Amino acid sequence: MRLTTAGIPVGVTSPVVGRITRLGVAEEERRERIYVVTQPATSEELSGYRAVLTPLKPTETSLSDALVPMIHSLRDNDHLRDNDIVAIQPTSSFVRTIYRPDSSHNSLFVTERCSSNCLMCSQPPKDRDDTDHFLAINLELLRLIAPGPEYLGITGGEPTLLGAKLLTLLTRLKDDCPDTRVHMLTNGRLFAWPAFTRSFCEVHNPNLVLGIPLYADDPIIHDYVVQAKHAFDQTVLGLHQLARWGQPIEIRVVLHKISVPRLPQLAEYIYRNLPFVTHVALMGLEPTGYTPRNKEKLWIDPTEYQGELEQAVETLSVRGMNVSLYNLPFCLLRPSLWKFARKSISDWKNVFFQECERCGVLEQCGGLFQSAERLHSPHIKALPPPAPPSLVA
Amino acid sequence: MRQFYTIETYQSGKAGHALLPFRFLRLDHDRELLVTDVGEYAIVPTGTTDTLVHNRLEPGSTLYKTLKSKQVIYDTDSALLLDVLATKYRTKKSFLNGFAKLHIFVVTLRCDHSCHYCQVSRQTADRTLYDMSPEIAERALQLMMRVPAKDLTLEFQGGEPLLAFETIKYTVARAKELAAQHDKNLQIVICPNLAFASHDVLAYCRDENIKLSTSLDGPAFLHNANRPRPGNNSYELTIEGINRAREVIGSQNVAAVMTTTRRSLDYPIEIIDEYRRQEFHSIFLRPISPYGFAVKSKHRTGYEMARFLDFYKKGLAYILDLNRQGVNMQEVYAKIILTKILTPYPTGYVDLQSPTGSGTGVLVYNYNGAVYASDESRMLAEMNDESFRLGNVMTDDYRTILTGTAMQRLLSASCNEALPGCADCALQPYCGADPVFHHATQGDLFGHRPTSGFCFKNMEIIKHLFRFIAEDDRDLLRTFFTWIRDQGHTDMLAEVPTCA
Repeated sequence: MRLTTAGIPVGVTSPVVGRITRLGVAEEERRERIYVVTQPATSEELSGYRAVLTPLKPTETSLSDALVPMIHSLRDNDHLRDNDIVAIQPTSSFVRTIYRPDSSHNSLFVTERCSSNCLMCSQPPKDRDDTDHFLAINLELLRLIAPGPEYLGITGGEPTLLGAKLLTLLTRLKDDCPDTRVHMLTNGRLFAWPAFTRSFCEVHNPNLVLGIPLYADDPIIHDYVVQAKHAFDQTVLGLHQLARWGQPIEIRVVLHKISVPRLPQLAEYIYRNLPFVTHVALMGLEPTGYTPRNKEKLWIDPTEYQGELEQAVETLSVRGMNVSLYNLPFCLLRPSLWKFARKSISDWKNVFFQECERCGVLEQCGGLFQSAERLHSPHIKALPPPAPPSLVA
Repeated sequence: MRQFYTIETYQSGKAGHALLPFRFLRLDHDRELLVTDVGEYAIVPTGTTDTLVHNRLEPGSTLYKTLKSKQVIYDTDSALLLDVLATKYRTKKSFLNGFAKLHIFVVTLRCDHSCHYCQVSRQTADRTLYDMSPEIAERALQLMMRVPAKDLTLEFQGGEPLLAFETIKYTVARAKELAAQHDKNLQIVICPNLAFASHDVLAYCRDENIKLSTSLDGPAFLHNANRPRPGNNSYELTIEGINRAREVIGSQNVAAVMTTTRRSLDYPIEIIDEYRRQEFHSIFLRPISPYGFAVKSKHRTGYEMARFLDFYKKGLAYILDLNRQGVNMQEVYAKIILTKILTPYPTGYVDLQSPTGSGTGVLVYNYNGAVYASDESRMLAEMNDESFRLGNVMTDDYRTILTGTAMQRLLSASCNEALPGCADCALQPYCGADPVFHHATQGDLFGHRPTSGFCFKNMEIIKHLFRFIAEDDRDLLRTFFTWIRDQGHTDMLAEVPTCA
């Protein structure tokens, strides 16, 4: 699914965030709207909008007369739906869709910076301070979507690097969207500092869950995966600091050649050291971002780690911990693990292969990442439909 | 795009590891058991301890990583996590938070039964001699409310407590008033023999949200032999009572406990089957109480304990078989010890704690106002040994009772971390200190472990359970965790009455 497009900006001096309309709205409703114009229009028809997007060229129309920030010669626009929220970048001329009302996978993207550099990062970090830029966009987004959707993610980059700006954002989120369930992805390292954890938890959003990765029970393996010395110590201490405040936490483990060998031990470690976490997600590798580059280090066919996976899931589940499998299609899982598999892939990057069309358990299956088109197990195959329940015991 | 570094980059490069506190024993010819202060364990090949002590463990080996992960050892790459170890230790000892949570009121010594294993009951109709007066009940309640814990359990024992039903009613009403004033949550349990559990009594229990814990020693022939009463019909009355009680107050509020007498030792299967027949899902194969039994046959204690262990192992094997067949039946003592071994949490069971639960987890208020450190302390008193009488609610206040000479003597021997024989024992984190037992059986609070029935019994049972754990049998572990996670009647078993 397409989420970005670009064109040539005119009069766009600062980031513009607004709600898409394709049909045009009455003048008094235009202030927060971004109008997608595909036919020549008069300047009255365009006035008062926050911005105008058009595939047309200025020379083809009288558009340049309108005193409205504009992106013309837009490459794609079919993906832009009424009430989508987009952000227009003044410098890059990109139009990014940052919120889709029909989706249950919306996130606030807060920074591209990160203190870690995970070997399999799907969103490789960039070393520039973009925090003010994204904060402005996200605050405006929150204002537009209040009182908010059922669910909203916070992602990056590493959100805690925003420091006080993160607290500003969380406070606004709590005030504007009090009933929204919020899931923030963080490496958890900064929470090792009690003062930071205190200020973070004092925002007190009871609907907030933190998703924090842990890749091994061994500090060296974890530090290697996230490419940061002492990251393991910081994350584990951070988890304990958060637990003192009763902060709900999900542990996230990406399954790859480095994390798989000690997966059963990690499960036991989580139970012994982090029994307060509310959920453990074991996740198939997403072959995007850094992953293709580190394929030799990371790739292991999921069918090869079913033993470790089953043991880890068993360890956690018999101990009463909530455990889920993400990003793993049924055909790569032992049937005993199916009941732990969730449909977790964000709608915009979820695909099925042609082979899947004749699969008998397609309905329940979580499918694959779009990026799996590049790299995936050769064992993807259609499965027979489940046997009907037997009439005799 | 940033650069990537090799795994070697993340090792400190400094060789060697340091030991964290752990203890060890040989499990069998091939394997050693290492146990940390917080009860995390590793079953490792024989010789591992020697390797560890001589710092010859291969860094980066699987065993090295595992022992580091379990905090048996640490190195410069994991030094910061000592704070996590401290938190785990605090968690394991969190049963101490709030001080004594269980308060046993012995409302009367009168009883219709004359059980062989009971030292306290009196056969008399005179209510004035052995019943708790309202004044004493009031003073005891006042003392109980001074305990910092928010969640308190009030348990009525006897004698037969229902013979003093009026005293119970008075005490319950007053306890509820005081609990509201002091912002306490109150759980109330009566431990009756059910001969006197009339419909009115049960309706009262239902209305007041009171649970019942009764005695069931096994099938009729055994129960009636263990628990004589006029008419020799204790079993029949108990079963009728259990059924009636379940109807009125609900099955989940009716529990039963058994006492293993010498006669019981031959019938583990029959006893368990009786519990099945009565639709109980747990049974406590309760170690023999040393009072009147082991005490009088001091030199035979080892022999007797060996017989009990034989009984226990047979019973447990049968229960595990039942579970394999899909029958839900739990053995409570195993469940308590397995919780200590397999989870980061403590249990509330006061008879197997360090520091000892006597006085710190439970207080017993006798009918005459005397306060004892445990039910066993009261039993001793009935045998004219007042060593663990902490004071009397009529003459002593909270501070005097809980910091007096008797309490201080008791606590001086209360931590198995510092008891000879226990200090170096691998099983110490799963076990307890029982100064009252050792005083009773060996005449010494600290006790002599090589001849201690308490030590023998617990080491044998814990090692027995470890052999099951070492089998690494998935179905078995699943059964164990099903027990551990089922809270069921556990709250009622914080202290099991020695006689109901």
